[in-house]
Amino acid sequence: MSALLEVERLCAELPGGARVVDEVSFSVFAGRSLGLVGESGCGKTSAALAVMRLLPDGAVTRGSVKLSGESLLEAPEARIDELRGSQLSMIFQEPATALNPVLTVGSQIAEGLTVHQRLKPRAAAARAVELLSSVGIADAEVKARAYPHQLSGGMRQRALIAAALACAPRLLIADEPTTALDVTVQAQILSLLTGLKRERGLGLLLITHDLGVVSAACDDVAVMYAGRIVEQGPVAEVFSSPRHPYTAALLKARPSLQSRGHPLEALLGQVPPLGSRLEGCRFRPRCSRALEVCAVKVPHVGEGARRYECHHPVGT
Amino acid sequence: MSAPLLSVSGLHVHYGAIHAVRGVSFELGRSETLGLVGESGCGKTSLARALVKLTRPSSGTVRFDGPPRKLQLVFQDPHAALDPRMTVRAALAEPLDIAGLPHARMPELLEAVGLGPELLPRLPRELSAGQRQRINIARALSVEPTLLVLDEPVSALDVSVQAQVLNLLSELQQRRGLTYLLISHDLAVVSHLATRIAVMREGELVELGPAEQVIVTPQHPYTRALLEAAARLAL
Repeated sequence: MSALLEVERLCAELPGGARVVDEVSFSVFAGRSLGLVGESGCGKTSAALAVMRLLPDGAVTRGSVKLSGESLLEAPEARIDELRGSQLSMIFQEPATALNPVLTVGSQIAEGLTVHQRLKPRAAAARAVELLSSVGIADAEVKARAYPHQLSGGMRQRALIAAALACAPRLLIADEPTTALDVTVQAQILSLLTGLKRERGLGLLLITHDLGVVSAACDDVAVMYAGRIVEQGPVAEVFSSPRHPYTAALLKARPSLQSRGHPLEALLGQVPPLGSRLEGCRFRPRCSRALEVCAVKVPHVGEGARRYECHHPVGT
Repeated sequence: MSAPLLSVSGLHVHYGAIHAVRGVSFELGRSETLGLVGESGCGKTSLARALVKLTRPSSGTVRFDGPPRKLQLVFQDPHAALDPRMTVRAALAEPLDIAGLPHARMPELLEAVGLGPELLPRLPRELSAGQRQRINIARALSVEPTLLVLDEPVSALDVSVQAQVLNLLSELQQRRGLTYLLISHDLAVVSHLATRIAVMREGELVELGPAEQVIVTPQHPYTRALLEAAARLAL
């Protein structure tokens, strides 16, 4: 099976030279979801923005990003404009700020349809209502005429998903799509996204800091730390037998309904500042398993889908 | 049984036409942790603010056994809660001065929250999020409180730092016999520390009981919905 999105050795440097994404490789397949997980400041969002070609002017990207074989990093701006929305779409964390407050929800969804699919305004408006109803909004005709502030947070995120899906893209990048939402609403939005993936064969790249979201909504996972993917593989395998000490530590640090009365296995220290350089493994200063060689170089262990970067992996 | 440290009875808070807290009653015993869980807009923070008199309740009573300064509030956003122009030293000096306590206690306070005295000359922007939240906790501890109201103390923190702060709260409680009212939207966080759990919805407490019981045999349909959502996100 060839990948829908294939990212190879992607590097991104922000204006000013901070390298926030360092040699990152991953693939997203049609009908599957990849969770890109890590703590804040690990470069998750920058990696996604680099894929979308949305990094700020002056940022430098290297490596290769291919969507169905077509190279995105070298494509002319006009081609990227065509692809955004129609082939790949992105939704963001805060649905309130991602929507324009002075336009109705329906007209914002219709906009993409008139641009990319050249629908007449009336047809686009009718399609917007259908789209709203397809993402589980009851009374879609009324809600299409509502302004964003008249909708709840969950409803706004559904509307944003409807807008992102308007032109039937093959890849959806969702950056912390449920972080601003209450838990009960979060569960509904994740079900919606996984349903769309299954039913439409959509490839989903889901960015989150929450391992729970990954376990609820993703097939594969890539764990990012300080700009690098330190471990990746199918969620079931990575979560049941993590090999990189950072993955293992993240899994253990989370409180749960069962952790009462026991101290959490806290990870010492903190994520290094964005773009900071350190020879060898960047997790080394926080790692209890570090060896001398970890200060010198980073190994690449495994191949294909299941990979990790560690000299002294957990379980050895 | 000794008298409760805090007893809240028939508390209502209105903001104009909005009825944010609707007849809330509960008691807090010494050295226990009551977890208050609920989703955004349910009135958790309004309740916390009413307890420390930052918001005037429209009716009901709050009885606290001790001088008001023994009841301290720790806020959610560790960055916004510190004055960006005040060094750690100045931020700690303020509550000590108000309580008439000596500045000599500063190193000991920092040590209690797992920090060193080298941070005293630093400004908030020179601290990590975890260090900032520790400073907020140190400020609250400086006046020797008996009750800490912790309003989403870890929700702005990454999971590795969150674990450090939760462990710190647990250690401080054991060493100092503190009582906590721990407010969070995250049932996993609440159940990790709480001895009892209260579930709040639309301004009312819909369920209150021993943590184990609320988690294993929830009575209210809303508690069950919260537990189901939390279980979906469990690993």
